[in-house]
Amino acid sequence: MEFLVASAVGVLTATGLYLVLRLRTFPVIMGMSLLTYAVNVFLFASGRLTIGAPPILQNGVETYTDPLPQALVLTAIVISFGMTAVIVMIALGAYLGSDDDHVDDPAEDDTPQAQPQEDQA
Amino acid sequence: MVSLLAFVGLMSHIPAVFAGEVITARFDWLPHLGLNFTLMLDALGFFFAFLILGIGMLIIAYARFYLAREDNMGEFFTYLLLFQGAMVGIVLSDNILLLLIFWELTSLSSFLLIGYWKHLPEGRQGARMALVVTGMGGMSMIGGMLILGQIVGSYDLSVILQNRDLIQADPLYVPALLLILMGCFTKSAQFPFHFWLPHAMAAPTPVSAYLHSATMVKAGIFLMARMWPVLSGTPEWVMIVTTAGLITMVLGALIALFKHDLKALLAFSTVSHLGLITMLLGTGTAFGAMAAVFHILNHATFKCALFMVAGIVDHETHTRDIRRLGGLRYLMPITFVIATLAALSMAGIPLLNGFLSKEMMLEETLHTTLYGTPWLVPVLATVGSLLSAAYCFRLIGHTFLGPKRDDYPSPPHDPGSGMWLPPAILVVLVVAIGVAPFLAEPFIKLVTSAVLGDAAALPEAHLKIWHGLGTPLYMSIVAVVGGLVVMALFTPLLRAWDAAPRPEAKDIFDRIIGASVALARAAIQPLHDGAFTRYGAIMALTVLAAGYYAWATGTSTPPTRAVQMPGAVPIIGWLMLVAAAVGMVLLHRNRLLSLILIAIVGLMVSIGFVFLSAPDLAMTQITVEVVTIILLLLALNFLPNRTPIESSVLRRTRDGIIALAGGVGAMGLSYFFLLREAVATPISEFHLANSYKGGGGSNVVNVILVDFRGFDTYGEVIVLGIAALLIYALTETLLSSPVRARLLNRKPDQPRSGDMHPTMMVVLTRVIMPVALMVGFYIFLRGHNEPGGGFIAGLVVSIAVVMQYMASGYNWASARQRYPYHGIIGSGVLIAGLTGIGSWFVSKPFLTSDFGYVRIPPFHKFELATAALFDLGVFLGVVGAVMLSLESFSRLARRAHMTESEHAMDIDPSRDDQPPEATAASDAGKEV
Repeated sequence: MEFLVASAVGVLTATGLYLVLRLRTFPVIMGMSLLTYAVNVFLFASGRLTIGAPPILQNGVETYTDPLPQALVLTAIVISFGMTAVIVMIALGAYLGSDDDHVDDPAEDDTPQAQPQEDQA
Repeated sequence: MVSLLAFVGLMSHIPAVFAGEVITARFDWLPHLGLNFTLMLDALGFFFAFLILGIGMLIIAYARFYLAREDNMGEFFTYLLLFQGAMVGIVLSDNILLLLIFWELTSLSSFLLIGYWKHLPEGRQGARMALVVTGMGGMSMIGGMLILGQIVGSYDLSVILQNRDLIQADPLYVPALLLILMGCFTKSAQFPFHFWLPHAMAAPTPVSAYLHSATMVKAGIFLMARMWPVLSGTPEWVMIVTTAGLITMVLGALIALFKHDLKALLAFSTVSHLGLITMLLGTGTAFGAMAAVFHILNHATFKCALFMVAGIVDHETHTRDIRRLGGLRYLMPITFVIATLAALSMAGIPLLNGFLSKEMMLEETLHTTLYGTPWLVPVLATVGSLLSAAYCFRLIGHTFLGPKRDDYPSPPHDPGSGMWLPPAILVVLVVAIGVAPFLAEPFIKLVTSAVLGDAAALPEAHLKIWHGLGTPLYMSIVAVVGGLVVMALFTPLLRAWDAAPRPEAKDIFDRIIGASVALARAAIQPLHDGAFTRYGAIMALTVLAAGYYAWATGTSTPPTRAVQMPGAVPIIGWLMLVAAAVGMVLLHRNRLLSLILIAIVGLMVSIGFVFLSAPDLAMTQITVEVVTIILLLLALNFLPNRTPIESSVLRRTRDGIIALAGGVGAMGLSYFFLLREAVATPISEFHLANSYKGGGGSNVVNVILVDFRGFDTYGEVIVLGIAALLIYALTETLLSSPVRARLLNRKPDQPRSGDMHPTMMVVLTRVIMPVALMVGFYIFLRGHNEPGGGFIAGLVVSIAVVMQYMASGYNWASARQRYPYHGIIGSGVLIAGLTGIGSWFVSKPFLTSDFGYVRIPPFHKFELATAALFDLGVFLGVVGAVMLSLESFSRLARRAHMTESEHAMDIDPSRDDQPPEATAASDAGKEV
């Protein structure tokens, strides 16, 4: 079980990273989403894995899983929705504004700007 | 008024200060850093505060009449008072860290003041130069002060001042001294940092008069005087300070003589006089300190008056160029008298106060030996005085004397009393001190004793006009006569000066700045070239390297947890997740397909959460999944459907290697800690034990969210709301830009469905709506004890509403939307916040929750907790944020040629009038 979760985190991280390094906005957004999954699962797993012991208090039950990572991940999931929405909006705005969905800035010419000439006092 | 009040407040301490007491006020600010808000009022602080506030009042009165109607006075006086407050803070603070804060504040506020006339390029450049130089000095002073604090072990000035021997014996004394002096020299415009002061003259004249005669430039002097007891007296001090002062004095006077701009002349003369004061402090004797204190007072009075006069001349004649002036004594008699008295005082003419301190200075130089040559200092000082006298005479002679001219840019006359009264008051002081120096003597001696501290005894000398026929008097006579001679020979001298090559400090400064900018560019450009993918790769590699370093150098323990064997179902789930994720990499060029695949990943993750005892997480994940997919679909509506192949094989291999390394790292890390217990006992035990007793809920996750860590949740709801507002704002911007036209005329790249709002779907969603709302309500209510809560309920309700948008169309749905989403977000945040504040009324900390049980007869008894109210806030916040984001997206989708029907269904059996477009559209749909 531990290996499954760990390898799932690994696979999600690897695929997420690969997609984040692509050149167009949409795959980058997808990659960010995959990385978000990886991070969420990773955080969740920091409470260690427990099967069939949800943190709902009941009489006579003594073992519960760790509730704190769950609470943290719950808000993280909701926030990550907000984040995804914002970057999607930015990507969309950039695409609609310039008709180009490349992530990188277009290459500039490397000549540094001339120093603004200051007036002689 | 503020100045007046502060001045009166200061005056109220006169008796105590004159009795030699030290008044302190203390208020602990950041005691861990040794940074406390301690104020100390001794005679030295009083002296400077007196100058700052007293002259400040005169300046404010003067500025009131000086500024033009179109200048923004409120802004000006705000800056001025900010500056004044910071200055007073410097001279009164008893903690060197606090002093540094005020020090930087004066740099910043002076930047604002110098650049007050934003439309003038000189103003902006001068302000920038002043900020760079004084800011740099401030930096080095921070270093020096910190060293000093480390040596003594306290940042309290009063403690530091008593540890002279300790500090001077320390090996770090010289670096500390250098750093602090660097700060003082930059602030007080000492050689080689003198060049910023003349450029700061682009400021309005009241600013120049205030900052550059009486206050800011005196801050460095003040600090030298303040630190005099502990830093002075060593060979290093004498050598550095006296040399810098002497060079500044002679050089400043020389340049001042040949300046044609009245204010530039005064600026360089200020530089020169500051050099004089610095030199006096540098000699390290008690008499020198006394002369310095006396000259600070005298210089403040006559120089401030002169600046104001320059302002008057500028104001009335519209020029400050001495070459275009002359003969003003007929036209501006009052101004002429004021200017002459002040300038003669500066030249060192008897019966005026400048003469007295100049005599003392010359006397002091006679006892000062530098570089083993006893004649060096007196000779240079005499030369400096000579030049000083010469430019004073030039100021009077070329501006006011001479024949009346008829080509003034504007007909000059004396200004109103509002403008000449302030300098007149100062000139009265000039004369009073000059004629009757014994009046000022007790005060000067008191201040001097505060400067000296325990380091030296107060000198016996007295202030008087007639010192007898001593060497200083002869030196003075030489200076004055020499000054007159220079005046007589001025025209040929000026020609020689203009012909002589000389370095322009500003060019050097610009070159240095240009070089550092080029250097910074060279360092940044290769790393920061706007290629996001490169940043991503660099970042990933850095994190990996850091992780590897930690792994390679850390210690570890053997596994303590047993591996749990997975059953068949988890393995199948894992396979699906891995297949979907890997499939995304292989098939990501087909964007729609990758969207489906990521949905599978999300689904598997939520199932995993259920399996691993996290029902709340699973519910959140699956609902978020739904809204995210809707959002991405909406976005994909505009983006191209395929990603073209662009990166080379090499690049893909590189990215693949980075990704694999990252994946292996993440996997190794999670596997490692999954097999070991936490290093410290988690706080979760406390949460589990207190959730029911303290929070009144048995769903621990929910209790943590709304109670234990309620403040976090509160912040997160606000963040979500901000994100939604940001999306809204971006949409608004997009829709008001040319993009709007392109969007409206966009041709769909794929055939559209003929029936935009199919009857089946409309009917279905309307039937589902109440059910979905009910489910949301149910989830919300049970949240405290069972899986559920505000977050999940909010998402469920949002999905229910979004369904209406999708099925019935944007217009139809938003016409039936009664409350704006902004308002919903706001009310959510408000409700959550008010719930938190509510606990204040029972004097508990913010967000303390309370609960009780209520029973309305026919129902089972149920629980009411204030936390539920907080959860309601969370719920509203989430609904508002999600809906606002999705709504913004769908607003982009509206097109011009598709007039949206206000009816929910295109084909409605209950409606008689079939809109023609709808029929046509449905026909077209059939053909496609």
